[in-house]
Amino acid sequence: MEAIRFETDPCNYKHWVLEVESPIATLWLDVKEEAGLRPGYLLKMNSYDLGVDIELADAVQRLRFEHPEVEVVIISSKRDGIFSAGANIFMLGSSSHEFKVNFCKFTNETRLAIEDATDHSGQVYIAALNGTASGGGYELPLACKEIYLVDDRRSAVSLPEVPYLGVLPGTGGLTRLVDKRKVRRDRADIFVTLAEGIKGNRAAEWGLVDAVFPPSRFADSVMERARKLAVEHRNPTGIRLDYLNPTETDTEIRYRYVRLKLGPEARLARLIIEGPPDDFVIEKDPAAAGADFLPLRVFRELDDALLRLRFNYPEIGLVLIQTRGKLSNVLKMDAQLSAHKQDWFVREVLLLAKRVLKRMDVSAKSFFALIDEGSCFAGSYLELALAADRTYMLDKPGVEVALSDLNRGLLPMGNGLSRLATKLLGEPRLLAELMNSSETFDAGQAEAAGLATVAVDELDWDDEIRLAVEERTSLSPDALTGLEASLRFAGPETLETKIFGRLSAWQNWIFQRPNAVGEHGALVMYGKASRPRFDWRRT
Amino acid sequence: MFEKIPNNVNLSENKRLQRALEQWQPNFIRWWMEMGPEGFQQDEVYLRTAISVDSNGWAQFDYVKMPDYRWGIFLVPAEPDRKIHFGDHIGEPVWNDVPGEFRKELRRIIVTQGDTEPASVEQQRLLGHTTPSLYDLRNLFQVNVEEGRHLWAMVYLLHQFFGRDGREEAEDLLTRRSGHKDTPRILEAFNKPVRDWLAFFAFTMFTDRDGKYQLAALAESAFDPLARSTKFMLTEEAHHLFVGETGIARIVKRTAELMKLSPNEDVTELGGIPLDIIQKYINEWFSASLDLFGSEDSSNAATFFGAGLKGRYREAERYSDHLALEGSYKLEVPDENGHLVERSIPLRRAMNIQLQDAYIEDCERALRRWNEILEKAGLSYRLKLPSQRFNRRIGVFSSHYFTPEGKIISESEFKSRSNQWLPTQEDYAYVSSLMTPVYERGKIANWIAPPTRGINQKPIDFEYVRR
Repeated sequence: MEAIRFETDPCNYKHWVLEVESPIATLWLDVKEEAGLRPGYLLKMNSYDLGVDIELADAVQRLRFEHPEVEVVIISSKRDGIFSAGANIFMLGSSSHEFKVNFCKFTNETRLAIEDATDHSGQVYIAALNGTASGGGYELPLACKEIYLVDDRRSAVSLPEVPYLGVLPGTGGLTRLVDKRKVRRDRADIFVTLAEGIKGNRAAEWGLVDAVFPPSRFADSVMERARKLAVEHRNPTGIRLDYLNPTETDTEIRYRYVRLKLGPEARLARLIIEGPPDDFVIEKDPAAAGADFLPLRVFRELDDALLRLRFNYPEIGLVLIQTRGKLSNVLKMDAQLSAHKQDWFVREVLLLAKRVLKRMDVSAKSFFALIDEGSCFAGSYLELALAADRTYMLDKPGVEVALSDLNRGLLPMGNGLSRLATKLLGEPRLLAELMNSSETFDAGQAEAAGLATVAVDELDWDDEIRLAVEERTSLSPDALTGLEASLRFAGPETLETKIFGRLSAWQNWIFQRPNAVGEHGALVMYGKASRPRFDWRRT
Repeated sequence: MFEKIPNNVNLSENKRLQRALEQWQPNFIRWWMEMGPEGFQQDEVYLRTAISVDSNGWAQFDYVKMPDYRWGIFLVPAEPDRKIHFGDHIGEPVWNDVPGEFRKELRRIIVTQGDTEPASVEQQRLLGHTTPSLYDLRNLFQVNVEEGRHLWAMVYLLHQFFGRDGREEAEDLLTRRSGHKDTPRILEAFNKPVRDWLAFFAFTMFTDRDGKYQLAALAESAFDPLARSTKFMLTEEAHHLFVGETGIARIVKRTAELMKLSPNEDVTELGGIPLDIIQKYINEWFSASLDLFGSEDSSNAATFFGAGLKGRYREAERYSDHLALEGSYKLEVPDENGHLVERSIPLRRAMNIQLQDAYIEDCERALRRWNEILEKAGLSYRLKLPSQRFNRRIGVFSSHYFTPEGKIISESEFKSRSNQWLPTQEDYAYVSSLMTPVYERGKIANWIAPPTRGINQKPIDFEYVRR
């Protein structure tokens, strides 16, 4: 299969039209049927595939960086009578399991990015459903702060996955219904088994949408609401996000600061991230640096590399993370970032870093950080080691790690805690000490403080790492995925952890079961001549 | 109130139905007064009323004021031991209740069918003001009250078998409005204005005929009350199709006469409707009616057939393989590059187009009759059905543009030539200019020939409507 690319821009969108009339922007969904990412299916009725969602993710990202003056984003459809029919079933039916799972994961991350923009970037998303929204076509609106539905006695919202396909809504729909919109769970039970969905006043009564308007007043009413929400009158000037343009060979993808090296060992990749130079400094107007701003660039590159790893290299199971640079330079950079965190641009960079690190947290790959000579695992860069499943640190003078403010709550995980706090849930006193520490840690100290897993002396280093790698890459990939997802998210549950937890447990289980994908499974039989046949035993 | 409702569903003892109708019936009357035929509600109309399903009872003729019409609920008598005769449940007994498994599909089928009935009444509500004769006026109202009764038939099913959902859907059938910007009817052909009598005849010829085939397909249903309801509706529907087919035939006949009278065959000087305008109306309403069959390749259609909810036209007589799991339907469809290529549609997914084929055959028969009139008059002009690809909004041809002969063309060519193929504003205006009412007994408008015989063996100059 041809490698998937994750970069695009509004001029190249096939399925979305982005209109910006500050302070209000509108994202119009207008899916081109025959422009699916792969051949073999038509994207009818504004149904979507990964290609459609890559454009949406790009639009959400660009709105934050390129149009910070936008306060309200309306998502609507260019098609009459239909908002979206959700993820394309024939695309799902013809996709491999790992693709399906990664597709759902990516769309979930995009939905969460929408909520992140609403909550933290002052860009409130509202969904204007000018027609029926079903399945994923309703889950996207669920990620918006407010949902408005046209009341033409025809258009409904629905989550028909269970009755039609024998699977679950895969983009957080169930969780958002009861946890976010706080729909009563018995009503939700009816709603998600009612294939035709719910329309008009009842949809509003049950809290499935915020209000309904007749077609003649729909556009005006939504716009009126949008204008009410756009009250800040901010006027910062955005920056332009360029293409990353990495150099690609069979064995390496090389960005400006990030290198993704594939192999040579089987199922192994290395991510090597370069630290800031000596002269890195944040100007008075941080946005003046534009897309070249180092931390922005580093995390965009990391993001792209992670996505490529997920989709284009499914067999790679272990990623070794290394950094190259000076500890002090990272600390200097972090201190400036922290000092400017009120600035819109620095805030957006920090939010981006947060999202990229979360993307790493929910990636189905093992991550080992290697802290060796010449590495710069401090602050924001140390966060990569804290996100890793294990950290090996060379016990040698001069090899050190250090904390910055960015480790202390500016880059929270999906559970709402910092990675440090999540790791040290059982050691509150140690955590409290670390919250104030400005020292550097050698391997021994780092191991004691929970910043490194194992301190390894120089003589053992090569063997220790080789053995760890060989052992890890020999284990069952499925078991490892479940293991990592179980261990990474200690601490409290949030909407986000629930969404990913439910997805990786329930949905992926159902996606594997004969009742969905067996010869007579519901997903397989959908649109075919006969009805599904179920194995009726409940587990 | 219930005594007045003719029925064979034991209404007097059916508490559930009584409760539902108590709410619904007054709203229906309100809807009828607001959206039914405008300006004639107090006139005595010579109408056919069904008071039972036997041969004496289903066609009782008498004068009645439309709001007093006795809309009834009738199912043809149950066939003992009827078995499901197609789809995956073949050979099993038919269902007398809605199986939960197919609730949503049946509800959708019934609501979609039910929505068309009041819609057509709404579309035709102003036509009484321009009637060409009392005979035609009476036929219009007969069609209207029977569409009202067909609404009752579908509402009965919703009330009796679908609980609260059914009652709400029945209410919605009265709140949607044909062509309304905010609350339109479900299917597009039922939101098109029927602005003149040529359109009315084209509608009853082509659009009501789609209704006949939909009802016939539902008359095969494994859900017995639906099958029995629609079977009875078909007996009434036949008259509607007769009105359409003979209506156009009478216009064709009159136009042919006028062409003879005019030195250059230009009937507009004599107040007739030119054949090419008739052809354009045929093109418009035939193509809009084809859209009602749904997509040629349809997973819904496959589900409906497999589940035994909706069969093909005369499933038992016309087909031998009632499973339709093997084989395919070959259809030339446009590919991405705009070339027509043959596609094999698995038979079950091709149920809509198989039903449509039977419909087209039926329409062609009517076209032959109209052309016989032209032939007898010694005229060389022939009316024809446009290609099924022409002017489609739904289905595999809707993404491209075609000539009435079925040749694929560009959008710009279609736009520039469509005034040759579809009625223009001028055509509508011209036809409309001819539409002056004739309420005098035995008289008929100039642009249409009189019927060959009257209704219920009454003479043509009978006072069909007492004004």
